[in-house]
Amino acid sequence: MRNASASLAAPLCKRFQGAPASSGRRYVIRAMGAGAAAVSAPARASREAAPLDIAAYPALDQILRESRPRWQSIAPGFDIRVVAREFGDHHSALTAAMAARKGLPDLMAVEFGFLARFAASGVLADLSSLPGLGQTSAGIVPYALAQCRLAGGLFALPVDIGPGVSFVRTDLLEQARITEQQVLASWEGFVEAGRLLRAANGPYLLPHARDLKDAIIRSAIEPGDGLYFDAKGRPRLDSERFRLAFRLAREVRRNDLDARVSAWSNDWAEGIRRGRIAALLMGAWFGGHLANWLAPATSGRWRTGELPGGARASWGGSFYAIAANSPRREQAWAMLRLLAGDPALQLDAFRRHDAFPALQTAHQDPFFDEAMTFFGGQRARRLWRDIALAIPSVTVHRLDPLADEIVNAELDRVLMRGKDPERALEDASRVLERRAQRVRA
Amino acid sequence: MSAHAQGVEAPAARVRASLVDRLRGRDPAFAPWLFLTPFLLLFAVFGVYPIAFSFYMSLHDWDPVRGLASARFVGLDNYLFVLADEWFHQSLISTAWLAIASGVPQHLVAIPLACFIDSRLRRTRDMLAALYFLPYVTSTVAIAIMFTALLSRDFGMVNLMLDAFARLPLVGALLPAGPIDWLNDPDRIRPAVSMVVFWRFVGFNTLLYLAALQGIPRELYDAAHLDGASAWQRFRHVTLPLLRPVAFFAVTLSIIGGMQLFEEPFVLSGGKGGPDQSVMTTAIYLYRSAFEFSDFGAASAMSWILVLIMALLSALVTRWLGNRGDR
Repeated sequence: MRNASASLAAPLCKRFQGAPASSGRRYVIRAMGAGAAAVSAPARASREAAPLDIAAYPALDQILRESRPRWQSIAPGFDIRVVAREFGDHHSALTAAMAARKGLPDLMAVEFGFLARFAASGVLADLSSLPGLGQTSAGIVPYALAQCRLAGGLFALPVDIGPGVSFVRTDLLEQARITEQQVLASWEGFVEAGRLLRAANGPYLLPHARDLKDAIIRSAIEPGDGLYFDAKGRPRLDSERFRLAFRLAREVRRNDLDARVSAWSNDWAEGIRRGRIAALLMGAWFGGHLANWLAPATSGRWRTGELPGGARASWGGSFYAIAANSPRREQAWAMLRLLAGDPALQLDAFRRHDAFPALQTAHQDPFFDEAMTFFGGQRARRLWRDIALAIPSVTVHRLDPLADEIVNAELDRVLMRGKDPERALEDASRVLERRAQRVRA
Repeated sequence: MSAHAQGVEAPAARVRASLVDRLRGRDPAFAPWLFLTPFLLLFAVFGVYPIAFSFYMSLHDWDPVRGLASARFVGLDNYLFVLADEWFHQSLISTAWLAIASGVPQHLVAIPLACFIDSRLRRTRDMLAALYFLPYVTSTVAIAIMFTALLSRDFGMVNLMLDAFARLPLVGALLPAGPIDWLNDPDRIRPAVSMVVFWRFVGFNTLLYLAALQGIPRELYDAAHLDGASAWQRFRHVTLPLLRPVAFFAVTLSIIGGMQLFEEPFVLSGGKGGPDQSVMTTAIYLYRSAFEFSDFGAASAMSWILVLIMALLSALVTRWLGNRGDR
């Protein structure tokens, strides 16, 4: 079949054929004309049938591939192409594409920490006025949806969340005659329980004192504030939660209550497997990792619950955003509505990949009421769901990753060099303010 | 047509002919440029342009996610910010520490090792040189991952070996009682990273010195021997002076490599620069400033300051080791 490109190229060739020219030149021109037609025809055809490009990191890439049959029932004949990269590479590639204003995928996964920065880029579509938004967003956990409202628009939708919970080895607590209630009553009680554990020649309380700091600063955030900045973008490192976090982290280190291992390292994994670590403060998604590959042999010995003192905190989450200049915006929006609004899809992702659903309708499934053998028969998922619904919304700031680095650097000085926590927080605040001024300028 | 008119037209015709000839590759003087064109084009795109762009960015405030159009000229602000930045100072100290601790031993070991291989192990020389060179050609990431496992505090081979030695009667007293936290203690991670860098590059330097030793005429050693020079005197007064040109080259490479140190500390510290930023080299800091903290202006300024420092150090080495024989 003759297509539009071929018909456009034909008169061009004819015009050149009619011009006075040597036979050699005519041959070249004819070849160029034919070549242009030949090249442009499939290019146009492939453009018309181009699949929806979706960039994601593990394990979202796998979830996307598994969603293909469901997608094809909605958009038959319109395929998706998943561009999968490792977590860091994925966000670096998106940064490069945003810088060049070229090459962005139609739909892209964005991790919580990058949300504010990417929302300010001006290349993400504002979803506020898209048809069907109300229906899709109605079931989303409120705090996760609130995190997407940035710079006067709605630039992403969440697909999985990380309500902060605790995981405790009850068998190790019993050996030291400590109850779970003692451990989780308050932050101070948590540290005191660690002392009792160690005094009984027991395991370490935590992998790292930094974990305690991370949990405390994420809880009791004042309304309207973010993790590190207030609503006006001023650093809030002088707030009580930071003081408490630094003070207790120092107590943990001074009393040798932490194993001094960083998350996801070999020593950390082995410490958890071999019962050298009694408690973990993480997102609820970690329960699946613990049960499935990290320490399946410890089944029945763990219990999960709220954070100490009933604190409510969020640990990350995954979001999807649409490129504003995508030629397939309608399809991208349809796919995003599927990923963010289909409870069956999110339940599947939870079952297979431990991605805790952002949709409340998914939380109503009987799967959430099942007793979990790994947690000694606890109905853990139901507990995590209730915690998720009580988490307050927290604003995100584009300098949050840098603030995290600054605070961690000062905490290292407190833990390893004996720096005074108050002075460390003052120094961190000064460095952060200097950086924030650059952004404001 | 007058002779004058002919005289005017002739050069123009020659130029036209010459251009056609050149384009057809008939002018031998033009041929090298033709062959060089692919390289020059690639070098311009992937070499000159990024360098020029980096300098341009060092004078601008730019968050990459907002696109190039959002770049704002700030003059020398980025340089002033970086020069007053505590983290930059800390990164320079870390870089210098690692460069010296890993660089100096490389040469102190490589020169005697090359002399030993050259004089005593002539038969197995090539095989040994290849073995020493092996770490240099192995993937840095693979090396760093392997050393991460070896240096693990609780389950690493290094600590297991030290623990075994610690049980021996006399040696045990010299070793620490507990396991060493190589990668999470700010005072231990620097020696650990330096050791990995040393292990990786000592073979490369050995090979350089070995090649240079093979170029020294044997007659010089024979003459020195006849004059009654001892082995140390032959090394001191024959080998070392003749190794100076290669030493100059090798030391310059070590300085540049040391100041650009990135992969080993990056992977061994999990990409964060280690506890208390003790192995956050300037190269890691500028990478993180650009790609994690979105401050391309400051990162570019850092890279140019680093270039200046490297140029200064290279000039000092040139003064110390280079061209001394010519003066």
